[in-house]
Amino acid sequence: MDSVIESLPKLWDGFTTTLFLAVVSGVLSLVVGTVLAAFRVSPLRSLRIIGATIVEIGRNTPLTLVFVFFVFILPTTGYILPLGRVPAVIALTVYTSAFVCEAVRSGINSVGVGQAEAARAIGLGTVQTLSLVVIPQALRTVVPPLINVLIALTKNTSVAAGFAVVELTATGRSLARDFPTDVLWMLGGVAFFYLVITIPAGTIAGAIERRVVFSR
Amino acid sequence: MSGNVLYDAPGPRTLRIERIASIAVGVLIVGFLAWVVVGMIDRGLFNERWAIFTDPPRGQSAEDVWYSLLVRGLGATLRAAAVAAPIALALAFVLAILRTSGLKLVRGPAVAIIELLRGMPVLLMMFFGLLAFGLTSFEAVVFGLALYNAAIVAEILRAGLAALPKGQVEAGTAIGLTRWQTLRIIQLPQVVRLMLPSLISQFVVLLKDSSLGFIVGYPELLRTMQLNYSFFGDQYRLPLFVAVLAVYLIVNVTLSRLAVYIDRRLSERGQHAKQATVLLPAGLDVVETKGP
Repeated sequence: MDSVIESLPKLWDGFTTTLFLAVVSGVLSLVVGTVLAAFRVSPLRSLRIIGATIVEIGRNTPLTLVFVFFVFILPTTGYILPLGRVPAVIALTVYTSAFVCEAVRSGINSVGVGQAEAARAIGLGTVQTLSLVVIPQALRTVVPPLINVLIALTKNTSVAAGFAVVELTATGRSLARDFPTDVLWMLGGVAFFYLVITIPAGTIAGAIERRVVFSR
Repeated sequence: MSGNVLYDAPGPRTLRIERIASIAVGVLIVGFLAWVVVGMIDRGLFNERWAIFTDPPRGQSAEDVWYSLLVRGLGATLRAAAVAAPIALALAFVLAILRTSGLKLVRGPAVAIIELLRGMPVLLMMFFGLLAFGLTSFEAVVFGLALYNAAIVAEILRAGLAALPKGQVEAGTAIGLTRWQTLRIIQLPQVVRLMLPSLISQFVVLLKDSSLGFIVGYPELLRTMQLNYSFFGDQYRLPLFVAVLAVYLIVNVTLSRLAVYIDRRLSERGQHAKQATVLLPAGLDVVETKGP
């Protein structure tokens, strides 16, 4: 138990690195994912096809393979990225964007066509229809799945441990080697830091979901 | 696109503009891809390195390369998934049943276990297995995959149980079945069928997560790829990566398509299912003939 207190500074460093990865790639993948979703609901067929292809590839590729690409494969083709956080953020963003896209798209599709038709029927223009009728409703359904995507992202940052980023899981691994008698305590401490993020976020997502269901 | 919530149904003029814009964007995309390919040619990425799949160097045959990737690599990946999935499913049934129990004393711990397992990264669980419980790398991979997915599948099953009409349980109680019998004979068979698409999607996730074995030292597909390029040389990294990516895409897209197909068939049958719930006694006949 003392060893856990002794290693708290290291765990805290790992935690902030995990948080950094999650926040930066979270913001980036929200942007990229929304753009992809715009592709997928666009009236232009070629954009829809390219969006669907990117998402299909992104969702069916293991995250570890995405990491392998940016850390081990890309440098041999002449594009050298700095080791550490940069490829980790890129890999996490590429992977998570596909899931953000699907969450946003299903949110848009969850709004009934009749809603937009009614808005047009009472004389609202395109901008008003979107900003007053469609987006407020889509946003409500889209937030819980988006939070779940971000929770998954937070857990997925652990994959960076295998690729030269000292975040929480990597810290746990090295602490487990430093204190072989307290392995359970060390990994338990790491688990605690993850749960501190994931469980409250999951509870919030669930609460919003229940309220949205109720309001429909 | 008809019936879109974002746009009005397009008229002939808009359709024409959309078609032209679509082709223009298509040309741009093809141009971009061509630019990437030309860049790759300039960097010499389409040289003899691709011969690794037909005529590899260092006295190896093409069969050796494919054997190591598809039989040993993919085989190990599938073996981990195939061992972990049934364990996860069995644990998930137990967790889901405890989670929906009428007793708070049973429900509480089940909720805690599910939340705990769901909130942790799979990789961390594998490290628990590897470093804390002294498992081999294969066992650690299975340990992590089974526990994590048990929690997720338990939640899928719970959602399925909640989605079933209440009359199903009431009918079971009315004919004198215990809670366990109601679950086993009436609820779970329907839930598994209803949730089959979600269960298959989760299996794809499990299959993808088995690649974490790369990090904990289990020689699965990615590790086999790495062994291959450290043997043949760095210039073979790209072709080997493309092959592994293709293998994953083929396996996972096939499974995902299967999930979508089953989902569609189930929703096509949706109406029939609703009628069938009214005609419950007919279903019970079937169950009774199966009984001891």
